Order: sequence, then C-alpha cells, then structure tokens
Amino acid sequence: MAVEEMKMENMNDDILIVSNLKKYYPVSKFALGKNRAYVKAVDDVSFKIKRGTTMGLVGESGCGKTTVGRTILRLHEVTGGQVIFDGKDLSKVPKKDLRKMRPQMQMIFQDPYSSLSPRLPVGEIIGEAVKEHKIVPKSEYRSYILKVMHDCGLQPQYYYRYPHEFSGGQRQRISIARAVALKPKFIICDEPLSALDVSIQSQIINLMKDLQEQYGYTYLFISHDLSVVEYISDTIGVMYLGSMMEMGDKKRIFANPMHPYTKALLSAVPVSDPDVKMNRIVLEGDIPSPVNPPSGCKFRTRCPNAMPICAEKVPKLKEYEDEHMVACHLYSQD
Amino acid sequence: MGLFDIFKRKKIEGVDDTMYLTLREERRISKENNRIIREFERAKNRKNVSEEEYLTQMRDPSNVVEFDNLHTYFFTDVGTVKSVNGVSFDIPQGKIVGVVGESGCGKSVTSLSLMQLVQGPTGQIVEGSIRYQASDGKCYDITKMPRDRMLKIRGKEIAMIFQEPMTSLNPVFKIGQQMDEVILLHEEGATPESARARSIEMLNLVGIAGVEKVYSSYPHELSGGMRQRVMIAMALVCNPRLIIADEPTTALDVTIQAQILELLRDVKNKINGSIMFITHDLGVIAEMADYVVVMYAGRIIEKGTVREIFHDPKHPYTVGLMKSKPGRHMTEDRLYSIRGQVPNPINMPNHCYFYNRCDKAMEICSKDYPCMMEFSPTHQAACFLYGQNSLEENLAKEEGR
Repeated sequence: MAVEEMKMENMNDDILIVSNLKKYYPVSKFALGKNRAYVKAVDDVSFKIKRGTTMGLVGESGCGKTTVGRTILRLHEVTGGQVIFDGKDLSKVPKKDLRKMRPQMQMIFQDPYSSLSPRLPVGEIIGEAVKEHKIVPKSEYRSYILKVMHDCGLQPQYYYRYPHEFSGGQRQRISIARAVALKPKFIICDEPLSALDVSIQSQIINLMKDLQEQYGYTYLFISHDLSVVEYISDTIGVMYLGSMMEMGDKKRIFANPMHPYTKALLSAVPVSDPDVKMNRIVLEGDIPSPVNPPSGCKFRTRCPNAMPICAEKVPKLKEYEDEHMVACHLYSQD
Repeated sequence: MGLFDIFKRKKIEGVDDTMYLTLREERRISKENNRIIREFERAKNRKNVSEEEYLTQMRDPSNVVEFDNLHTYFFTDVGTVKSVNGVSFDIPQGKIVGVVGESGCGKSVTSLSLMQLVQGPTGQIVEGSIRYQASDGKCYDITKMPRDRMLKIRGKEIAMIFQEPMTSLNPVFKIGQQMDEVILLHEEGATPESARARSIEMLNLVGIAGVEKVYSSYPHELSGGMRQRVMIAMALVCNPRLIIADEPTTALDVTIQAQILELLRDVKNKINGSIMFITHDLGVIAEMADYVVVMYAGRIIEKGTVREIFHDPKHPYTVGLMKSKPGRHMTEDRLYSIRGQVPNPINMPNHCYFYNRCDKAMEICSKDYPCMMEFSPTHQAACFLYGQNSLEENLAKEEGR
C-alpha cells in the first residue's frame, strides 16, 4: 500500500501507521559485502492503529511480534519501511529529537523480575523519567508520583520499597505505573501477562482496561495467549515467521477465521470445559528457520491446504471483507 | 495520613511486615532450624533399614499412589514455609490426575516429595505418608524409604517430565547418550546395543521424524517442542507405572502444546500407566484430566472428577479461577478478578487461607480452617459455605474414634 494513500486518510484517526516495515538481522558476519545471510525477523508488515483502541498481535514464539514492537519504538533501527506516529515519520527522526518524543510512546515488558532495576526504590523507578522529561513541575513531583501509584493500585507506603519485596503481579503494576507516569499516547505491551498467575492476570487486564478508559491510551498488545487477546483487543493481527497472515476486526476474525494458520491457532486453545470436544487441527512440525524460510507462502510447509501455487507465489494481504484482510491463495481470485 | 508519614516504616494494617527481621531473630530461627533438620537428616541417612519399616498397605488396591496427610516444610532463615500442609489424594491406575493451583501453592513440591527430590536439607517431609504400589506387588511408604532403595524406583517406575526442556536436558551430552544411560542404569542385562535399539524405538513412539539424526544430536540443536518430545521419550524408556508431568507445556506455543497433549494421551494408553499432571492452565486440565485436585497455599481446597469440578465448582476460589480466565465469546465487559494476593507463606493465618480474597467470606471464616465437605464420593471441598465443621474439630473427632 502506498504511503501517500495512507497519509491521505484521516490523520487524526490513526495514531500509528506502520507500512512495509522490515527488520533484518545479519547472521554471517565474515562474508564481507556480498551474500550475507539475514534473519528476516519482520518482513513487510503494514498495519494501522486507531487512537484509543487496542491492537493485539498474536503468533508463536519467533514469529517477530516482539521485534515489531521494538522496531516501532526504534529500540532497533529500521531496515526498511516507515513508522508514522502521530503524523511524524519515526524512522527518519534524528536521535536527538527522538528523545523528546520518547515520553509519548512507552513499553511494558514481559518479565517483571528483570525489567525493574533492583537498586532503585519504587518511587524512583516510576519517577526517574518523569524528572528527566520534566513532565510535572518540581513542586508537584511527589504528589504526582503518588497519584500515578494510586491509579495503578499501589499503596503509598510502597514508595520507598525495593522491587524484590514485591510479588510478580505487584511488579507488573510498577512497570505499568512507570509507563503511564510519562503521560504517553501509545503503549506497547510485550506479553505483560505471561509471567503471571491466572488470578493476577485478570487483575492486570482490568487495570489496563481501566487506565485506557480513563486516559485514552492506545495499546499494541503483543501476546501468544489468544483468549487474552480476544478479550482486550479491538483489532487483531496474526503473524507467522515475520509476515502478517491475517488482520482485522476482532469479532470478524474470531467468528470467521480465514487463514489456515489462524484456524489452527484458534483450535489449539484448550477450552475449560471437559465436555466440549473440539475438532482440533494439529499442525505438523515446527516453525521453519527464519534464515531460510520456505519459498512462496511461508506457512505452506505446515499448511493442511497447501497447493502448488503456494510454493511459487507469495500471497498478498488482501481485503476479503470489510475490516478483514488475509494473505492466502485460498481466497485470491486470480 | 500526612505526607511525612510515608517515610516511616511502620506497621500498617493489612500489610505483611514479616520479611523484616532483626539479625538476632534470624539467628535464633536458623539455630532452631539446624536442630530440626539434623534430626530429619539423621533419620534419612540410617544404613541397613529393614524392608518391614517401609512396607504398608494401600487403602484401595486400584490406586498407584496415595498421598495421606502429607506435610513438606522448608526451614528457611526467615521462618518455616509450609509448602505442603496436609495434602491427601489418590492417583488411580490408568487415570490422569490434574493438580491445579497458582505458583507457590505447593503443587510441584507435592510431586517432588513423591520422587524424594525435595531440596534438602532445608526441605523436609515432616509428617504424613505417600503409599506407592510397586510393580512387584508390594506397597511402600516413600516417605520412610531409604535413599538407595528409592534409586530403583525413581526414573524406572515413576518418571518425571519437567517444565523446561532446555534446562532439564544436559547440554554437553548427545540425546542418545542421555537416553541410553537411563536404560543401562535401570534394566538388568542391558547392553549398549539393546539400549540404543530401545531409545530409538521410544523416539519413534513420540513421533520424532529423522530419529537417527536426533539420536546423535545435542539438545541445543532441537526446538522446544522436539526437546519436550525427547523428555517424554526419556520418561517412557523403562515403562513407568506413573509419569509426573510438571507443567510440560507451559514453555511451549499453543500449536506445539496441542501436539504434546495429544502425544501424552496417546502414550498413556499405550503403556497403561497413570499420569499426575501439574499445571496452572485450567483449559489443559479440562482436556487432559480424569480427576482434578485444586490446591491453594499448600492445602487442597477442592477435589473431584473433572466434570464435577468444571460443571459444579464449590469452593469460591475454584469458581473465581474459572471466571477470571477470559474465555471464548465473553459477554461481560469486565473480567472477574480475585482481589488481593496469596498470603505470605511464612506465618500462615490460622483461619481459612482464602478469607481475605473471598467474596463470600463469613464471620466463621476468620476463626477456623474448614474441613473437607463431601458432596459425592469423589467430590470434596473445604469451605464453610457448606457446613460449619472446622478442620481441627474434625481431626480431634477422628482421633477420638
């Protein structure tokens, strides 16, 4: 999709437009100049997120969903394509100015045990960036941090405690507080729930939903847990081996999954009912190596409906019905 | 509360301050622990224990394992952690028993107690018994069994599949060597050739393609799903009577998880063994298990057949767990969540452990711990909602009988 076309659309509506994003990592270091092999972690991914909504990104481990998140924030440099955040092309912003934009986009990491500095007390973890970016005047600093902590369900006496004194769920609350303290517009949540217990997971999901309602955050929610993604997201993108396989409105995807991979992924989720026997599609084999992906459609090696054309042509992401796009030869007319 | 008050560390209601100990207190605790631990270790290290000492009778001969009032404690420097605090349940022959609970609820420690693998010397089985029906027809009490005798059971008759296939395989040995070792250790008269043949047969059984190649590769060359298959194959080589699967799919993707679950079910039928399936995923339990045991803070709060637990959960914690999992086709806008968190394992309250988080808490809940109420011969739950009997009264009654 041409970038100009995307720009033409209502700019105020889409907070983030990712077009043809590519991120390659070189693997053979010594082949100077030519024939370098690359891991195509993200290969030509495009999507948009509307302001105040949540997009869920699902896929197996190694499919590049975390890399998408990190490349959007330019924690990794972009190999190709564009990331337009709030009307600005992030991939071209110089490093100096990028720093000023950082408060607007924040990230919540997967593992609350390793993402908090063990040497800083909670108040400082949350407040460090607030001071740096001068979010609030100095006189209001402490009351502001306490307010953020209150919003995230942390008691004021935790202010001087250290992360090791907290359980996983509480630590994830601290991570969330750290992100929202900067008054961001956009938050990337990189599997924020996978290290937590079920009963704590639901507390954190509710907290994130409440904060979204209150302050209108936009989330990019990266997860491998489909039931959580279904609950929290408005739109969903399904990734496989660096490419977007299916994308669209949550309800449409869950009611009518089109891509064989999405179908398999959905049927693989265990249902909490012993009497429901699902017609499970069990995929054969493992994800192929991203250094040497299969030709044509990347999913064809595990696909139950593979056809000869799948090995030759790469299927394009096409709109099948309103707000529902799929990249599969099964549905392409030509 | 004034702004200045937050600087002080004072006792605040509802906040656990037990993690702050003075050095003197800590020293006293550790001295006492040493004394207790030494006694347990001495009992464990006795030589020439006669077999009569650990022979018992099964309550029901159709069971493979019976846990009876098991207590496993960890004597740490900050206090005693009662990881498993009076757990009783059975594993019938040829069935899958699922153990669910949050992290730290003692489900893994229960299985490690069965394998005599509790991390010593701090971890000790303090009380209770684990009766095991061995393949030679005798019945042993594993808690009293000497270590050298246990070597003949562990890995041979009771095998274990661990959560992380990466860390539980040895990275410096080839898959084949690690599998052959199990056979050479446990099977009498096994030769390297027969061991190799058996390993390859088992790798075939778990559906690995290119068996010869996998046999001579190192663990890091395999993907997570493959490694877990190897772990399962390794657990199967000696035809175990019981497989303990400790979160075997937690580290895997959903599509791979589906493969592994299918495989486990298949394998269980082939060897006619039992599986003790430990997980925190209710969906997996619903699919795999015949019987379910729900644990909370070291105690069983509900147990029953899988239908009883999922269609008619009794304990508020079980109900809450089911409701808090976002399911397919949710209609409510807000997810149910159990408030608060698990109490500190040191200094457990003497009332119901779930009292602070329970929606249906009553006055009596803050006084006693409830005993197991029976709803059907297989379905039991420990909650005052269904009767006013406390655990202590019940124990006293049983002793008086």
